[in-house]
Amino acid sequence: MTVSSSSSLINRAATPLIYLVLLAAWEMLADTLKVPTWILPAPSTIFAAAIKWAPELVHNSWVTLRETVVGFLLAIMLSLPLAILISLNSLARKLLYPVILGLQSVPKVAVAPLIILWFGLSEWPKIIVVVLVCFFPILINMVAGLEAVPNSMLDLMRSLGASPHTMFRRLRVPVALPHFFTGCKVAITFAVIGAVISEFVAAQDGLGYLILISTAQSQTPLAFAAIALLTVLSIALFHGVEFIERRVVDWTP
Amino acid sequence: MIEATDLCSVPTQSAAIPAIDLKGVTKTYARQDGGAVHALGPVDLRIESGSFVSVVGPSGCGKSTLLRLVAGLEMPNEGIMVRYGAPLDGPSHEVGIVFQEHVLFPWTTVLENVLLPADVLSLPKAASRERAMRLLEMTGLKDFANLRPQMLSGGMKQRAAFCRAMLSDPRLLLLDEPFGALDALTREEMSLELSGLWQELGRTALLITHDIEEAILLGDRVLVMSERPGTIRIDIAVDLPRPRNAETVKLPRFHEIKNHIRDIIFIRAQA
Repeated sequence: MTVSSSSSLINRAATPLIYLVLLAAWEMLADTLKVPTWILPAPSTIFAAAIKWAPELVHNSWVTLRETVVGFLLAIMLSLPLAILISLNSLARKLLYPVILGLQSVPKVAVAPLIILWFGLSEWPKIIVVVLVCFFPILINMVAGLEAVPNSMLDLMRSLGASPHTMFRRLRVPVALPHFFTGCKVAITFAVIGAVISEFVAAQDGLGYLILISTAQSQTPLAFAAIALLTVLSIALFHGVEFIERRVVDWTP
Repeated sequence: MIEATDLCSVPTQSAAIPAIDLKGVTKTYARQDGGAVHALGPVDLRIESGSFVSVVGPSGCGKSTLLRLVAGLEMPNEGIMVRYGAPLDGPSHEVGIVFQEHVLFPWTTVLENVLLPADVLSLPKAASRERAMRLLEMTGLKDFANLRPQMLSGGMKQRAAFCRAMLSDPRLLLLDEPFGALDALTREEMSLELSGLWQELGRTALLITHDIEEAILLGDRVLVMSERPGTIRIDIAVDLPRPRNAETVKLPRFHEIKNHIRDIIFIRAQA
């Protein structure tokens, strides 16, 4: 084995290794210090709880995942036309931007109870909170992207007598795409948080709800298992967006 | 080998109608503080069909403004502009531009970049593709057609930009410091290459540059511009033989013209 291949092996093993070491340390500390399970359960206890409650965890993960993804997609569908309108029309920009900025400044956690009051106990209030949380980063980045076209490229298109439509399709959209994905990556991490917050406020299912009731009943290992699942969900969604981004934006801007 | 005539559909132009005729053209830009910058003029400029005109001048003299006016990308404050006998009031598909930076789109291939004018102008697809491939072959880029521009060297990118400018078979080629971003050796190589291509294709061309040697090597005429507001100080006929090549730069006449232009620029600058 050559030096470089062995060092690359160490490099690749480094990240899983540090997690294993941390988990082992946690396990040993919980064991030797005799920390009560309802305060800080050992990883093995959490794992056992996850196995025991597997059907509940799967069901509630699915609920949270669905809220997150539907809300995220709705936010894209809502913010893209608005971004295009704002970037193309200065009046729309003057009218819409202050309103959108104002709305963005309202803490979403604070309005979550109101949204649930208005829309009742279905999954829609939770989806709406996710939309509110995702909407802004996508919109802001998309507007910035549509306006990030270099003057030289605009000159080139103008010199060819390109129509506004051609200019948009052939120039503004490709320039904006990397910015759009930046917005999406910010939004998808916010989306999970938005879903959990609204599940905290009022819900009958979802991982947020599961965390809430399991801590209330001192089922701390189950709460930890739910948190671990949320983390995995969040990471998986982020990488999902990144995967699509690499497929679509296959150039170096 | 490709015959250059394959790429020329424009018939021999009547010498009577100049490609470009500017009279008393001035350009003033509004400054942000409310003031105005008198960038150019008054300028009179006549470019005969089939000729290669170089414009040299110090940086900030308004030579790029002059090109933008001729390109129809900007309108003058005063003066008359005529292109092939018709009022010049905007961009035209009869004009191809090679910009200072290559301005190739990174999200698509070299071939698609060259085909951009065909897409924008809705030219016939198959014929445009064929023409694009021939232009790429002429400029030695055939094997790179399906790569992204980022894979190309600086000189190759500028060659691709030249192919794009030539795709719609323009009668007039505008070159805005096309080799400005390249290193000295590549510049000279590209200048000679462009000289050869221009001779083969027989187009009218306007070159803006700050490089005196480049201006002489390529031009039938060299116009020297003054500092801002840019006006044309002198119009020098370059009586060097064509085709021009690496030997041309060694000719005594080349140096005479070069020193003459340097004197005009630098003596004026000291005064």
